[in-house]
Amino acid sequence: MGSHGIKDQVAIVGMGCTRFGEHWDKGADDLLVDASEEAFASAGVAKDDVDAYWLGTAMSGMSGMALARPLQLQNKPVSRVENFCATGSEALRGAAYAVASGAYDTAMAIGVEKVKDSGYQGLVGAGKTPTDGTGRTLTAAAMFAMCVPAYAKRYGVDAEEMREVLAHISAKNHYNGARNPRAQFRREVSTETICASPLMAGDLRVYDCSGVADGSAAAVVVRAEDAHKYTDSPLYIKALSFVAGNCSGNADPDYDYTSFPEIEAAAADAYAQAGVTEPRHEIAMAEVHDCFTPAELLIMEDLGFAERGTAWKEVLAGTFDLHGEIPVNPDGGLKSFGHPVGASGLRMMFEAWLQLRHQAPEDRQITTDRSIGLTHNLGGYPGEMVSFVGLVSPELG
Amino acid sequence: MAPTIPAVRGIISAGGYVPYRRLDRSEIAAFFGSGGGRGTRSVAAYDEDTTTMGVEAARFALRSAAAGTEPGSLWFATANPAYLEKTNATAIHAALRLDQSSPAIDTGGAVRSGVGSLRAALDGREPVLVVSADVRGGLPTSADEAAGGDGASAFLVGDGDAAPVIAELVGSASATEEFVDRWRTPGDANVKQWEERFGETKYVPLGEQAWNAALKAAELTPEQIDRLIVTGTHARAIRSLTRRLGVAQEAVVDDLAATVGNAGTAHAGLLLAAVIEAAEPAQVIAVVSLVDGADVLVFRATDAVASYTAARPVAAQVANSGALPYGRFLSWRRVVTVDPPRRPEPDRISAAVAGRTRDWKYAFVGSRDQSTGALHLPPARVSREGGAIDEMERAPMSDVPGTIATFTIDRIAYSPSPPIVFAVVDFDEGGRVPIELTDVEADELAIGDRVEMTFRRLFTADGIHNYFWKARPIRG
Repeated sequence: MGSHGIKDQVAIVGMGCTRFGEHWDKGADDLLVDASEEAFASAGVAKDDVDAYWLGTAMSGMSGMALARPLQLQNKPVSRVENFCATGSEALRGAAYAVASGAYDTAMAIGVEKVKDSGYQGLVGAGKTPTDGTGRTLTAAAMFAMCVPAYAKRYGVDAEEMREVLAHISAKNHYNGARNPRAQFRREVSTETICASPLMAGDLRVYDCSGVADGSAAAVVVRAEDAHKYTDSPLYIKALSFVAGNCSGNADPDYDYTSFPEIEAAAADAYAQAGVTEPRHEIAMAEVHDCFTPAELLIMEDLGFAERGTAWKEVLAGTFDLHGEIPVNPDGGLKSFGHPVGASGLRMMFEAWLQLRHQAPEDRQITTDRSIGLTHNLGGYPGEMVSFVGLVSPELG
Repeated sequence: MAPTIPAVRGIISAGGYVPYRRLDRSEIAAFFGSGGGRGTRSVAAYDEDTTTMGVEAARFALRSAAAGTEPGSLWFATANPAYLEKTNATAIHAALRLDQSSPAIDTGGAVRSGVGSLRAALDGREPVLVVSADVRGGLPTSADEAAGGDGASAFLVGDGDAAPVIAELVGSASATEEFVDRWRTPGDANVKQWEERFGETKYVPLGEQAWNAALKAAELTPEQIDRLIVTGTHARAIRSLTRRLGVAQEAVVDDLAATVGNAGTAHAGLLLAAVIEAAEPAQVIAVVSLVDGADVLVFRATDAVASYTAARPVAAQVANSGALPYGRFLSWRRVVTVDPPRRPEPDRISAAVAGRTRDWKYAFVGSRDQSTGALHLPPARVSREGGAIDEMERAPMSDVPGTIATFTIDRIAYSPSPPIVFAVVDFDEGGRVPIELTDVEADELAIGDRVEMTFRRLFTADGIHNYFWKARPIRG
């Protein structure tokens, strides 16, 4: 296979991340200005020093002008990219490959979404592509809800236990989010409250589903050998992988809704690029796409953090809690931040930026001997999704 | 020169469709203080209309005929068409995968068109698939609301060339007179009626006239009638005429008033389909229809009826039903508007895209990779197994049963009647499709349940109906 990666060739030298929430008083333009300003300052650069931009947004702007106009960029290249919920990470890929190629010295990846302007509950699909009316209209909550009985049945987990496992994941993420001033939801939530909340789809309750929010995040990237000009503690990119699923899961009777093959494949490519052979023992922390609690459960197995059929036990044992062996979503996850589609991937990278460089707030800072952080996004549904996996570390080699 | 054998013309196969839901008439008076009555009436689901019900009846009729029997034309009659101006029969034609050379036409927007089209088809030469359907009702507490029923019927009519005739037409007659009994002006929701006694004075003599003429044409006497159907839109006249026909009481067929109600344009056909599915050779079946005049058809069941099996008997559909609370009935009929979920209304479908994908959309035809046998729903050009390109054959899947692999309930997504019940269905021949379920409550489902595909209307946007398929439990 010709996927070689760009391990240790690119460094993140500055990042910014707005508060995520219901920003009734801010449009996409405002959020882009806020996140980019913070990232420029973090890298110690002026906006004119950045040679090229990658803007990730699924439904809040089209064409590169959606960034060039609010930032008043002067004759700069801007690519507006979209890849469902992996949009923010897609922007990072573009920016990273641009500087790795040598085409540009400094690039910025910035993601934004204004979801609260739609007025509707949940995410409403972007784009008005004409259809023949036969497409599914189901919400993502309902599609992911199908994983719950499938996983329980396959691995012999009874319904009560499944409910506890999912509640643990939600409670963990809210616990972490309570310690994050940028999060939308900053209160701990008990498993009792979670289990008693109203049903949304299938067995999923309100607290099993991440909300929608507005937000923006940005990263400045340069070639690794130039990183020292900007910061003493860069974050080196070890791997960027992406899989666009072929949607065969929902047409193939062999798919059983207990795993996400696209994530497994993206993780395998990322680990190969970075030289990681035992993720369970090498990964320091992970920010994963917890759009719904069962998604986070299955993702643990797809990423190799737990053997197939055992992640549920690891969850209950606290393996992925803030001070567990592999903290998952130490910033609170999509659960606490909501999901501005274009920004989430970069918000995850922002937590890796803080944690791996020991700059997270004390009540959230993880302690570990390991140095590799993982960020993961999925976009789409069980059986038909895209997946991104990124690996970063403050250390070279 | 050999003597010419007179052509036998009649019914080759029949299908009746009764929707799953029933309204208990006593709920009407319980709610409003008046109206309703005893027994139940059938109710088309929120995702059914006369076109979708016509498709179901037609599918049963074609499945009951010998394999490969193709109608030459499709005629569709209903007093409540889904479209005006645009032909509704073409959607039925598409769902049945009929040949492009078969004409599909709507044969009228009046209740009499049901029996009228059947009569015209029996007069013709080509094999004709005659489909009727209706959705009947009236203002809350009205007699029409309680007495009406929703349903459809379909008959493959021919002269025994391609497939044997199971009920031969032996005589028919009509009596026509212009008088105003029931009427509805386009744009009005409800039918109005002149005082009943006036209509009775018209219908009874017209009925007797047509009856006598038909028996004379058939060279039969009333005593020779084994099964008598008397139906129409005037209950008093029907009762009055039935007494005068000289047919034994035991021969009068159950008109399904207590269980289904009167299905208007489709009612005579529904009762005839029910009689045919239980008929024995040589039985004489008479249909008397009093709608804007009188039409009488007299059939004799042939020997071929002994080996005829209805694909889905009307009796089984009448027996397998689910209750529909009156509140939901009023909501489905748009008498009241309940609070919708906070989601956008769907956009109108694209005629251009639907025109390209009509085999999938209207007929549920997938594709099968000839090199590996892998089924693709929806159809694809590139195989998901092995990657072969353009080595696909058509795979009609609408009549293939399936099993629920997993399912869920969506309480947030847009639906005309939330919540959406949704399942991943694995078909007996292979292939899988995640699809909406209908005619089922969420708590009735289990992994492993058996389902069949049914033609439904998903929603209407900008006046364009979005037809597609859903799955429902196999019952009866």
